[in-house]
Amino acid sequence: MTTRPDPLFAEGTFAPDPRPNTVPRMLTAQFGLESKLLLRNGEQLLLTMFIPITLLVGLTLLPLGSFGDNRAATFVPAIMALAVISTAFTGQAIAVAFDRRYGALKRLGATALPVWGIIAGKSLAVVAVVFLQAIILGSIGFALGWRPNVAGLCLGAAVIALGTAGFAALGLLLGGTLRAEIVLAVANLLWFVFAGLGALTVEAAVPSAIKLVARLTPSGAMTEALTQAMTLSVDWFGLAVLTVWGALAALGALRWFRFT
Amino acid sequence: MSSDPDVPVQLRGACKQYGSTAAVSNLDLDVHAAEVLALLGPNGAGKTTTVEMCEGFVRSDAGTIKVLGLDPITDNARIRPRIGVMLQGGGGYPAARAGEMLDLVAAYSANPLDPQWLLSTLGLTDAARTTYRRLSGGQQQRLALACALVGRPELVFLDEPTAGMDAHARLVVWELIDALRRDGVTVMLTTHELKEAEELADRLVIIDHGVAVAAGTPAELMRSGAEDQLRFTAPRRLDLSLLVAALPENHRASESSPGAYLIEGHVDPQVLATVTAWCARMDVLATDMRVGQRSLEDVFLDLTGRELR
Repeated sequence: MTTRPDPLFAEGTFAPDPRPNTVPRMLTAQFGLESKLLLRNGEQLLLTMFIPITLLVGLTLLPLGSFGDNRAATFVPAIMALAVISTAFTGQAIAVAFDRRYGALKRLGATALPVWGIIAGKSLAVVAVVFLQAIILGSIGFALGWRPNVAGLCLGAAVIALGTAGFAALGLLLGGTLRAEIVLAVANLLWFVFAGLGALTVEAAVPSAIKLVARLTPSGAMTEALTQAMTLSVDWFGLAVLTVWGALAALGALRWFRFT
Repeated sequence: MSSDPDVPVQLRGACKQYGSTAAVSNLDLDVHAAEVLALLGPNGAGKTTTVEMCEGFVRSDAGTIKVLGLDPITDNARIRPRIGVMLQGGGGYPAARAGEMLDLVAAYSANPLDPQWLLSTLGLTDAARTTYRRLSGGQQQRLALACALVGRPELVFLDEPTAGMDAHARLVVWELIDALRRDGVTVMLTTHELKEAEELADRLVIIDHGVAVAAGTPAELMRSGAEDQLRFTAPRRLDLSLLVAALPENHRASESSPGAYLIEGHVDPQVLATVTAWCARMDVLATDMRVGQRSLEDVFLDLTGRELR
């Protein structure tokens, strides 16, 4: 008598039981992995943490230009704006572009996770990193003599939230529509452009016409709005500019975003 | 079109046009519950387009498609939790480790298979800490299969499930697909490999240029029409006009590919004698002469042509 060898898979191993998990659990897993990926990526960390921290410390301590007595108070909001751009725009665009290249988004689009869950996972991860940046840059600023008042911080948080949303929309538009290599180049190039435009609003010697042009760009608008927020003044012009850029980018992303 | 729980996938007159190319034309297809249906065809035949229409990634231009009785586009959110999908070329976060990727997909299910067990079954334990972009093609394929199965789906779509796998991994996957059928999972897979289709499928649909050219069990396909065929090999480009004249009415003779000849019509000893007499007169030696049973390869190549693409 011959016996059949044990089957590799016991009977009932694959018996169907396709029940989706609860949405909070799915989102927790999604947010967990997205944040881990953001914080584990060396180039991203360079852009989101190392460069802003170095700039803040360097610009505050080195006697370059004339930025008043409390240099930290000038540079904390401006560098924070740049940090938001690093995370929400440049980092996000590059990550999305390579996720598309490697089929990650299409792969997730074939699971029980709702499509909005993919976006939510990414957004929550960006918010978490921006929050971390704010804590770190704020603490360093405090150590360097920056003394914000609480109302200013609340106003600043609102500007940061709006700016994060706007730049994330721009990042999704860029990262969701072009080829990964092009996104890599363009997103990094635009980071320098945005940094320059933000700087134009900080430097006192810049002619007001050029300043106005800078404030019409998303980074100029956010830098100015965040700087004014620290003195308890609301830059309605900047907030409106940020909102328009964000809304246009979101519409474009909804229209042209491709999963592959 | 009524939805029949015994037919989890049903296509009627499905069409998809890309520019001037018809990727899929007027395709009818049924996948029955707990069967393995293989969509077999050469590269570019429309297999992936067909599967992606069922998965809801591609919108059909015409016809109706029902998956689990639902529309794959408008009811996509209701279908997705119940199916498992293995995309061609896999897919994953480039910087996520293989184990993290599978854990993530497992977290979408209330009662997933054990990811550790799946990884070890598919020989991925050593690669569990390797990032997705550093996995080999075969490892990415196996991870894609694991992602398709981890949620205990009732219906799975496997697009070229063993492409790029070594012989050992392929055997494990074949055994796994057998186990899926045994446990009541419906499987629709695509392949361009005859052996895989013959080995795995309860039924085959051969598709070419977006058209279903044959359907049936592997045995049916090999039998179909084969009683009325005589094949032989001889030098290329022989003049067949004398042979056609000598054969009884309703018989056709053709060179189905260079040097391979095919006589179609009722084959009896008289027909055989006529063919050999013709060979003697042409002074050629016919080899490999056989009547009847075709191999699946004959069926496939007769239907889809022999040119490389």
